[in-house]
Amino acid sequence: MSLNKTGKAAVRREPLTDTQLLMTITICIFFAMYAIAMLTLGGGFLRPQQVFDLLNDNAALIIVACGLTVVMIGGGIDISVGGVIGLTVMSCVMYLNNGGNIATAALMAIGIGLAFGLLHGFLVSYLEIQPFIVTLAGMFFARGATTMISVNPQKVTHEGFKALMKSKIEIPWLGYTAKNGNLIPARMEIGVIIALCCVLLIFLILKNVRHGRNLYAVGGNQQSALMLGINVKRIRFLSYVTSGLLSGIAGFVFMMHTGAGNATNAAGAEMNAIASSIIGGTLLTGGVGNAIGTFFGVLTLTTIKKIVVTSGLKDPWWQSITTGAMLCFFILLQSVVLSRRGKKRSADAAKS
Amino acid sequence: MQEETVLSMRGICKEFPGVKALQNVDFTLRRGEIHALMGENGAGKSTLIKVLTGVYTKDAGHIQMEGTEGEANIRSPQDAQNIGISTVYQEITLCPNLTVAENMFIGREAGLLTHRKEYEKKAEQLLKNLNIPARARQELSSCSLAVQQMVAIARAVDMNCKVLILDEPTSSLDEKEVQMLFSLMRDLRSRGVGIIFVTHFLEQVYEVCDRITVLRNGELVGEYIIQDLPQVQLVAKMMGKELDETIEIDASGKKNTPTGETVYEAENLSSSEAKPFNFKISRGEVNGFTGLLGSGRSESVRAIFGADRVTGGKVRMNGKQVRISRPIDAMKNGIGYLPEDRKRDGIIADLSVRDNIILALQVMKGFFHPMSRSEMEKFADEYIHTLNIKTASKDTPVGSLSGGNQQKVILARWLLTHPEYLILDEPTRGIDIGTKLEIQRLVLKLAEENVSVTFISSEIEEMLRTCSRLIVMRDRKIVGELTGDELSQTNIMKTIAGGEKQ
Repeated sequence: MSLNKTGKAAVRREPLTDTQLLMTITICIFFAMYAIAMLTLGGGFLRPQQVFDLLNDNAALIIVACGLTVVMIGGGIDISVGGVIGLTVMSCVMYLNNGGNIATAALMAIGIGLAFGLLHGFLVSYLEIQPFIVTLAGMFFARGATTMISVNPQKVTHEGFKALMKSKIEIPWLGYTAKNGNLIPARMEIGVIIALCCVLLIFLILKNVRHGRNLYAVGGNQQSALMLGINVKRIRFLSYVTSGLLSGIAGFVFMMHTGAGNATNAAGAEMNAIASSIIGGTLLTGGVGNAIGTFFGVLTLTTIKKIVVTSGLKDPWWQSITTGAMLCFFILLQSVVLSRRGKKRSADAAKS
Repeated sequence: MQEETVLSMRGICKEFPGVKALQNVDFTLRRGEIHALMGENGAGKSTLIKVLTGVYTKDAGHIQMEGTEGEANIRSPQDAQNIGISTVYQEITLCPNLTVAENMFIGREAGLLTHRKEYEKKAEQLLKNLNIPARARQELSSCSLAVQQMVAIARAVDMNCKVLILDEPTSSLDEKEVQMLFSLMRDLRSRGVGIIFVTHFLEQVYEVCDRITVLRNGELVGEYIIQDLPQVQLVAKMMGKELDETIEIDASGKKNTPTGETVYEAENLSSSEAKPFNFKISRGEVNGFTGLLGSGRSESVRAIFGADRVTGGKVRMNGKQVRISRPIDAMKNGIGYLPEDRKRDGIIADLSVRDNIILALQVMKGFFHPMSRSEMEKFADEYIHTLNIKTASKDTPVGSLSGGNQQKVILARWLLTHPEYLILDEPTRGIDIGTKLEIQRLVLKLAEENVSVTFISSEIEEMLRTCSRLIVMRDRKIVGELTGDELSQTNIMKTIAGGEKQ
């Protein structure tokens, strides 16, 4: 081994990691899909507002999906997020309608999410109870509590909050000219900004913060992580706290979008979030995935639903069927890609 | 003692319920030496290592580390690492989804942020220093096993370890990789690291080690300088037999005279676990596979039965070529296999004695042809009687029986299928002496009834009593075959040990 060679090796680009590879695939598929939709369906897909609509409608989903990504990288699962969103929305709506103020409502949302996260994390990592069971219990509890607060749907009547809901960021240069000649600017809700911040923050934490790196180690091989001197319990605990916290935030964002509390709010959000994470390249087995991938996972999932609706299959079951097919396709694709890669690697290792 | 002592363990005792795992064991490691820790299964090697690394707490004794005042206080693997004891296990204890550099530094940093650039540079330097063919930013899973192991060692070295424990590091490496690892070990030795090397491979010990400590049944046999202990002697020490101790077993026990007609023949048979080997057995013959633990004896018979993934070779039953790739194929060809690990591969603890007995026969018939209740009862009664299985009733869950009786239930299961060739892997381990003798007698009786039997046991006497031919294995290869007059403890040990150090 000469100095020359090792010197070169240092500059050499490393092949993509599994996380990067899966994420790249998703991003490519998303853009390809969107391009095809633009070409074949035209109409709304040609306007930037379509993308903003996707974001506006799914800001809350993006946030919880990030939380799930964190939990799943650590090798866990959290199916309570939909329930927590529901509970947050209902509580905040009731509080606002009874004369509360917005800042306290926001703190309340965060507090509810955090409480669930802390409890889940404690039960899962310190008492070592199956995460599926723990968060299933959390889900039932949250749904039950939501219904207890109010069986009937509640609309926000708080004036300040209504104003907040209506305030949108307008981006004129991405707008379009309507038939009557008026320029209609592209509109983005405040929730989207929050969601994008969450994505970026989680991405950076996972990449550069010590606890984030440790989380990958825990998900990659829990036993090894322990031997490497990582506090596995604390890391897992923190992953559930993060997920809980993000569901609280998502609840508030959800409320800003819909403006009403309902016992069935965000029903099935946990499943959509899991699906998005997986599509974005997070492995259920842990150790692989990141927030940017998940963001594109949400976009991919919601775009395909939009495409289904736009192309005339308006019955709701078509969306579910497409989601199922899509998820299946991605999982197959991932396992094929990863197993081919594994084979190639062992062949390389044998050669060298 | 002119060399500097790094680690000294004195009078270490450790007791588990019912077992004295370590009794008054001493161990000394000097700066810059590679010290082999040898012993058969259950000798206490791993217990000693676990005491040293803080996985177990010792019951009595004294551990002293260089640079630490007085008694070293080791209560967890973290404690051990802090005072300079690092362990690299057989199974890689790194994270495959992180980069090489991350694996070397994760869990050791303080502060909120990781300093990726900085430790990638450090890692690159360290890899270069130690001549490890890996790049710092490579994902660990893209490295070969040997390199992964070396990364683990590099991590330990960077943590300034004074004592490096390598627990069976070579078992999953090939010849070339072993050499890479050895040169790294020699390199570390010259830097003054004390290395404890635990392995089953005798030749590797003689290749790299300076000193050997032998344990047996939880007791210290002795510490030897490698030049003073020829390989044969080492085997004798590990097995607890002196070479001149030639109590030959009464030959009258071995009445099985094979008819010469070959029942089973394998040519270059190999599996995911076993290297290619040739083997044949005649009708009514009892033969045995012997060798130290890890020599490949169980792996070979598992290949015969198709219990591991068969990767190549030809198999003939009664002269006709057959394909055995799964246990069911073997069963249909009249082969039975009593596994080494009774609890994991043998009994189904929650099922009744009756259900356990009829299981193999039922599988062979196929589940669409269920046996009638009366048939089951009849078979169960018959074998409980003939094998003298002590059970409260046929409906007792087999898990509540004693080890010996559980073993008999599994034997009954295979006898019920009337095999032509029966493989018994350690059938007498952990069972009482009376049942042991019963099983040995049964083996001889089966042979008289023209069943071919392969009998594996860790106890040489037992094999001498029952087998007419012994196949000796070392380091996963068949290295000898002993028959007739050659069958003696001395000969077996010599063959196991191989020639003097090459």
